[in-house]
Amino acid sequence: MTAVTLQRATTDPRAVAETVTDPELPMLTLADLGVLRDVRMEDDGTVVVDITPTYSGCPAMGVMRADLLHALHAAGFRDVDVRTVLSPAWTSDWISEDGRRKLAAGGIAPPGTAPVRSPGPVPLQLGPTRRTAGCPQCGSPDTVEQSEFSATACKALRRCRSCGEPFEHFKEI
Amino acid sequence: MVHEETVYEALVNAHDEGHWAFGTGFDEPLAGVDTTVPDGIDPADLGAYCLMLGDDALVLAQRLTQWITNAPELEEEVAIGNIGLDLLGQARLLLARGGSVGVLGRSRQLATDTIPDEDALAYFRDADEFRSTALVEVENGDFARTLVRLLVAASVRLAVLARLRDSRDPVLAAIATKGVKELTYHRDHAARWVLRLGDGTAESHRRAQDGVEAVWPLLADLFTATDVETRLAAAGVAVDPADVRDEVRAVLTQVLERATLAVPDWPADAPPRGRLGEHGPELTELLDTLQGLARQHPAATW
Repeated sequence: MTAVTLQRATTDPRAVAETVTDPELPMLTLADLGVLRDVRMEDDGTVVVDITPTYSGCPAMGVMRADLLHALHAAGFRDVDVRTVLSPAWTSDWISEDGRRKLAAGGIAPPGTAPVRSPGPVPLQLGPTRRTAGCPQCGSPDTVEQSEFSATACKALRRCRSCGEPFEHFKEI
Repeated sequence: MVHEETVYEALVNAHDEGHWAFGTGFDEPLAGVDTTVPDGIDPADLGAYCLMLGDDALVLAQRLTQWITNAPELEEEVAIGNIGLDLLGQARLLLARGGSVGVLGRSRQLATDTIPDEDALAYFRDADEFRSTALVEVENGDFARTLVRLLVAASVRLAVLARLRDSRDPVLAAIATKGVKELTYHRDHAARWVLRLGDGTAESHRRAQDGVEAVWPLLADLFTATDVETRLAAAGVAVDPADVRDEVRAVLTQVLERATLAVPDWPADAPPRGRLGEHGPELTELLDTLQGLARQHPAATW
């Protein structure tokens, strides 16, 4: 009990929450990904954590929630409330610089700048998506998109024309 | 004091009752979201509207899932799976919003208490309680017809959700803002396939044209508002589907012409039967597959 009390007295819940990694991109923390929106302690000692889904159907939200609870409980925070926030909607622009470096080091080309969304009707894009991504293996800029979809909703599949290797590209959204 | 040793324990301990075997009770999509209904909005209307939008997404997601292990190439299987997953996510959010305002129909009596609202709505309503349109319910047909249907469904849904970003219901507006990002690439993906098939070989052109002929009559009941939509549109909450007709028509015409496909006559508006709970046998068959196991074992947990 003493150990727990000491831990609680010396640990910032935000620092604990910021160590939790994404279940599908374990090289990134939820903070790097921009999914962790806020960590705060209420007057009654409850730690409130706000997270936001990347995609509507992101199947990892439950695991993220559980991972955050697990980490904060283990650090001695007994009452933890993980809440979903839907607005503003997540954008890949929220991935930190650090997160982008970690993605590239992990073999995933980081996203460029997300498209600007105007309030009116969404224009149709019939040509190939204009994305560029350098090869995370050899660094060549000469890469081509194989598919706009990949193993998770947030990534596209590309191939490097220089080294011939396939790689994933985190989509701009 | 709860100190889980593993993430698995944390998942399992999130609900004392254990997890319903067919859903994800530890992951309620609106957990922590303020679901207060703004003044002047009828919660019953709002809930009914959420079912319309949610059921379209749920049923189309289920149809797309039927391509898994059957798509013409692995990349396309991944694409269709991802699009279905996005739609399933939109459905969960919308059905949860419907549940949060108490629109649960008979489902809440049939589902056990531990089953979250969105799962109760998905698994424990009969076909006549669904508010989806025939467009998303009919069989996939071949790959070309599936992609023509996806093009039409994504075009209509994108036009509606783009307007719903300004809905007076902040939850609906947030769901729509997220959905627009996803539907943008759903529609583009379908449109590019229709181009490739229509302007491809004689056989792919024939199949794409057959798909268009099969799907076009289903446009008839998409743009007629129900009373619920009319009331909510007047209140700044919903979109009158008639308002998106011209935009959708322009998009579809553009794609078909580029794809060298003949554009059929636009069908005359018809009553919105699906929105009122009238469905063909295809929906019942689809729901038998979707709901069968959950209804046989409604109390199963893990």
